[in-house]
Amino acid sequence: MSKDSLFSKKNMKLLSDPLDDNNPITVQVLGICSALAITVQLKPAVVMALSVLVVLSVANVVVSLMRHMIPSRIRIIVFLVVIAALVILVDQVLKAFVYDVSKELSVFVGLIITNCIICGRLEAFAMANPPGKAFLDGLGNSFGYGIILIVVAFFRELLGSGTLYGYPVLEKLGLYDLGYENNGMMILPPMALVTVGVLIWWQRSRNEKLIENK
Amino acid sequence: MDVNKNSYTFGFAAIMVIIVAALLSSAAIGLKPFQDRNIELEKKQNILSSVGIVTDRDGAEELYLTYIKQELVLNNKGEEVEGSTFDIDLAKEVKKEADAQVLPLFISEVDGKTMYIIPLRGKGLWGPIWGFISLEDDLNTVFGAVFDHKAETPGLGAEINRPMFQDPFAGKSIFNGEEFKSIKVIKGGAGEDNMHGVDGISGGTITSDGVTDMLLERLTMYLPYFNKIKPTIEVDSIFSAMDSVVTVNDSIIN
Repeated sequence: MSKDSLFSKKNMKLLSDPLDDNNPITVQVLGICSALAITVQLKPAVVMALSVLVVLSVANVVVSLMRHMIPSRIRIIVFLVVIAALVILVDQVLKAFVYDVSKELSVFVGLIITNCIICGRLEAFAMANPPGKAFLDGLGNSFGYGIILIVVAFFRELLGSGTLYGYPVLEKLGLYDLGYENNGMMILPPMALVTVGVLIWWQRSRNEKLIENK
Repeated sequence: MDVNKNSYTFGFAAIMVIIVAALLSSAAIGLKPFQDRNIELEKKQNILSSVGIVTDRDGAEELYLTYIKQELVLNNKGEEVEGSTFDIDLAKEVKKEADAQVLPLFISEVDGKTMYIIPLRGKGLWGPIWGFISLEDDLNTVFGAVFDHKAETPGLGAEINRPMFQDPFAGKSIFNGEEFKSIKVIKGGAGEDNMHGVDGISGGTITSDGVTDMLLERLTMYLPYFNKIKPTIEVDSIFSAMDSVVTVNDSIIN
């Protein structure tokens, strides 16, 4: 086994790849469900991105540590137990010490458990790689996921509600006085799908590696 | 060791489940006191904010003692019964038959004005919704309302805990003359002159309807009590009106 450092070029690719070339949402099309559900406003999107960051990195490390012990026939069940335990633990700690954050997050607890990205990374990466690499992979993928979430939420909140992170941007700019109106369509789920679609389109037109052979 | 043997698989699953269960239950037990404290303070904070007193969670305890003068437990005939008002779990009460329920009522005094605070509990789209509505001493005019929810959709139904949704309740009336009207959350918006309706939330109709149902169901339970205390209130206000008339007369004579 090669003894390259944790921050070697190859390992750094684990961090940077999911941001663009191998983005979990726009390229692998995983985790779409949560991307649609919680991108109405920026704040929940940011909270969700952070929680997935914690859960995915820790779950990746835990599963990677156990990778030689897990019987392959029940591995998916093991993943689910690890993820669910982590999520509940995080939720309980938040409820006790940062109650406000936990109220914001409680809606998404269930969604984190069912987030396909987490199961996908555990199965595809953590089961075959040492903990250090698995941790970087977890970080990279949750960044890739978080970026898309935040970009989608940015447009949906700005165009749908005229606010950003709850701050009434458009009202302060005086756009309403000029006859501008919020687009109510943006806060409904279909527009999340369209926004993600536009992102995928833009990404593919820009990144040549993603253009498929005819 | 062969990790694919049946016995190993069973053993692994059993041990894993026991470890995880122990971990989670000890975390839950250890953290429970902190969580309960947060929930209690939040309830006090919500009760206070329904009568217009805004505070952070740490200040709620002290202000609660200052402003909440009376805590009553009622039955659905309007009689007072024994019990601890604050500890009533509405989630359990609303499931009982109307006759078996106990109803909490908080009476607060802010700047010399008496206000009646009624706790609410109902169903939203995904889970429970709850809140507090405060009535002025005519038992008709709404002074304020706060709502919260467990799991409504962020940006849609979840907006019921925002001032945008709650503020319009202030000044509405739950009675039209003698007739009980409650307050309705109206899809597409309530008219300016609608005294018994407020604007609904676009995309959050089921949650909005949940609020309407909750208000109707809960307020109805308190009607016998309102009818009972209303005469005394009116008499009180007549007396105070007479007092001022008397003083005016006195000053004219003098």
